[in-house]
Amino acid sequence: MSEYGLLIDYKYCTGCLSCDFACNQEHGFPLGQSGIKVAQFGPWEIDTDKYEYLFVPALTELCTLCSQRVEKGKQPACVQHCQSLVMTYGRIEDLAKQMVGKPKHVLYSR
Amino acid sequence: MDFDNPLQKQLPWRWQEGDLTVTRSNAWSGPGCHEGCGVLIYTDKEGKMVKVEGDPENPFNQGRLCVRCLALPEVTYHPDRLLYPQKRVGERGEDKWERVSWEEAYDTIVTKFNAYKAEFGPQSVVFNQGTGRDVTWANGRLCYGFGSPNSSDFQSGMACYLPRLSSLYATTGSFLVADCSQHFPDRYDEPSWTRPECIVIWGCNPIISNADGFLGHWIVDCMKLGSKLIVIDPRLTWLAAKADIWLQIRPGTDAAMALAWLDVIINEKLYDEDFVEMWTLGFDELAGRVAEYPVEKMAEITWVPQEKIEAAARLYATSKPAAIQWGLAIDMTKESLPAGQAITALWSITGNVDIPGGMVTVALPYGADIWGGDWGYSHLSPEAKAVRIGLDKYPLLQWGLPLAQADEIVEAMLTDDPYPIKAIWLVGSNALACMGADPEKLMKALNRMEFVVNIDLFKTPTAVACADLLLPVLTYPEKNGLRAVWYHIGNINKAIEPVGEGKSDAQLAIELGHIFNPDLVPWETVEEYFDAVLEGTEMTFEEMRDAGAVLYTDFEYKKYEKGYERGDGELGFNTPSGRIELYSTAYERSGLDPLPYFEEPTESPFSTPEMYEEYPIVLTSGARHWASFHSEHRQIHRLRAMRPDPIVEIHPETAAKYGVGEGDWIWIENHRGRVQRKVQLTTILDPRVINADHGWWYPEKEPAAPSLYGMWDVNFNKLIPWDPGRSGFGANYKSLLCKIYKVNQGEEAQSWLP
Ligand code: SF4
Ligand code: SF4
Ligand code: SF4
Repeated sequence: MSEYGLLIDYKYCTGCLSCDFACNQEHGFPLGQSGIKVAQFGPWEIDTDKYEYLFVPALTELCTLCSQRVEKGKQPACVQHCQSLVMTYGRIEDLAKQMVGKPKHVLYSR
Repeated sequence: MDFDNPLQKQLPWRWQEGDLTVTRSNAWSGPGCHEGCGVLIYTDKEGKMVKVEGDPENPFNQGRLCVRCLALPEVTYHPDRLLYPQKRVGERGEDKWERVSWEEAYDTIVTKFNAYKAEFGPQSVVFNQGTGRDVTWANGRLCYGFGSPNSSDFQSGMACYLPRLSSLYATTGSFLVADCSQHFPDRYDEPSWTRPECIVIWGCNPIISNADGFLGHWIVDCMKLGSKLIVIDPRLTWLAAKADIWLQIRPGTDAAMALAWLDVIINEKLYDEDFVEMWTLGFDELAGRVAEYPVEKMAEITWVPQEKIEAAARLYATSKPAAIQWGLAIDMTKESLPAGQAITALWSITGNVDIPGGMVTVALPYGADIWGGDWGYSHLSPEAKAVRIGLDKYPLLQWGLPLAQADEIVEAMLTDDPYPIKAIWLVGSNALACMGADPEKLMKALNRMEFVVNIDLFKTPTAVACADLLLPVLTYPEKNGLRAVWYHIGNINKAIEPVGEGKSDAQLAIELGHIFNPDLVPWETVEEYFDAVLEGTEMTFEEMRDAGAVLYTDFEYKKYEKGYERGDGELGFNTPSGRIELYSTAYERSGLDPLPYFEEPTESPFSTPEMYEEYPIVLTSGARHWASFHSEHRQIHRLRAMRPDPIVEIHPETAAKYGVGEGDWIWIENHRGRVQRKVQLTTILDPRVINADHGWWYPEKEPAAPSLYGMWDVNFNKLIPWDPGRSGFGANYKSLLCKIYKVNQGEEAQSWLP
């Protein structure tokens, strides 16, 4: 297992699918397949004038954490293209520390 | 050259990354949108583009990219691209074409245009375009170089950004945009910038639409920094769901909403008295007018509860700085100018003008007339200027952008009144399927023309139905060019050889313009033109390319206090009174109401109650989707897969009432016609309102008439009349009435599944 992972602040994920597309392009996966897919929850009303409208990205079996890009000092393709700038690549240990006290974050290992 | 320039970071424009060559560029379209995001184009040893990435060094987008630019290689290498000039050999609509040389194409254009000029005057040739991207600036040179004053678009009331721009120019003498630090190379770290306390998202969904040089995800950046949000939208968008207050407005009542806010703010004295006193004209008249629109009454009109309107107005007025990111919905009401004027009054009386995190006045960087400007119009003779179409009926057109009025152009094409129109130059516009109202009327008008030249990346229904000559243009990786927006200028750098014989929009316009008028268009090559336009930067095109991604301008706040707004160096604004004119003298001079007002959409539950009985649903349209830019991208597999069908969003209660369900194909009908959509059930809408996609056609269907790529069944414009507002600006594209019912089995427009 890699020491590295992805931390995603899904509170601000807008469901734009740039991560999905960027990964698909970078790795030449067949149409529709990607190392990262985004699930949608809602919209529904939770309470008066409060809404659930959530997008949560998840890593699939295809994700290699962009090892080849990272070796060249580049960001993973999904991280670079994320329109909300909500993804961070790093050592899981560091990312876990970063996550402490932050709402609506998810940390992925591979 | 000064490379310590803090406004531009020196960066290589081309380098090697392993086996791949990387070319830095700006994505000024097509394909794509208005934004011109910074891109890195990767090519292999054979010179083929393999991928495109966002440019992390470009402060505008900071590496991010949307799916449309990520799909660039599929667009550029698409087998349906137009690759060489073609002339029509069958009848219009038969889709029979013959390849011709550029020489023959130019000869035909020059011979015909000059013949019309000799017989009917240069005004008999109209130079229209689609939405303003990397076509506008050179197209102006061509039009005015030829000597015609008639350049516009085929959209009723030119109802996209132009009404807002005209309203701003008339009342403030400038243009203003929401300040999300976009003027600074160091963006959110810039010390003189402050995040808006509150951002109002008015009539747009910027994270998807990315309109007018404003990258929507800057809103998300500001949310992370703590900006509060108010969203005014008939739909619960993602931003609306995250907003502190969401006002679910009835489509077409934005002016009523703005007047209601003004009512609250003025009554509760929440405005900035000093700013009003020092820098505005006509506050008392405005207050008098606003009193005619009390919030309780406007609550009924807008379908938003009074307490919510009041809460929003208070939150806005007590937050400072506050910004308003407004959108197309303002333009797409018939009386769009007073709507824009009322919203402008909001940020003016609250003193949010040209302060950090407020609404900042913007200009063309380095005076380069690319994003806006004169484009050679001032060189037209007084006689030519005097016959600009629409000027007599809509005197406001005299001020601001020198547009011909679109509805009047169509009338003139149909009636020869005030004079005959003989030829149309139509660039980057699929007007029949996208921006035009009533497409039957528009098609009839186009088919009365003796000569129609259509310039595009792909063949469209408009081309097949009406064009005599089809010219191919280049996608951005295939061309050199310039990209400017309010904040900066950058290069479009050619990364690959063109896949066909296409030319860039600018090259085409300059080459032809030079033939017609070497005085106004003295440049023999497009590169000379670029250098000339860049004069104010003291750089050539090549120097600019060598210097980095984009060149910013020195930006300052409160320019009105420093004498930077007006040409004469006096303090204040570039209006006759030197103040922001809440009471507009420009409107008054043009015979228009000088104060803002609200008028019901022409067809609505309130203005036509009888019609509402027959057509009992409010119909809106035009919301954008990630996968396409208006009618563009429908043939791009990976994007089409995201949205294979034209969708209508319907509340489940409404769907149940009319016996339709998820995935059903339905007719949406009004007294002008009917159009098919596939049902998507959703609770994001008021049950009284449905929302339909726009800009649909089926590139995979039969091109020849009557099919025209299967356009007629799905062309939303059939429901929209050519019917502009009093000023000549604005039209009700987004507020109609309709009824719905299921499509008979076997008659569904359903086409292609990826
Ligand atoms: S890290 Fe790389 S491989 Fe993994 S999802 Fe992101 S882009 Fe795909
Ligand atoms: S790119 Fe970022 S914002 Fe867009 S869907 Fe992926 S994680 Fe969400
Ligand atoms: S917003 Fe999307 S389509 Fe527009 S320039 Fe940027 S990446 Fe391209």
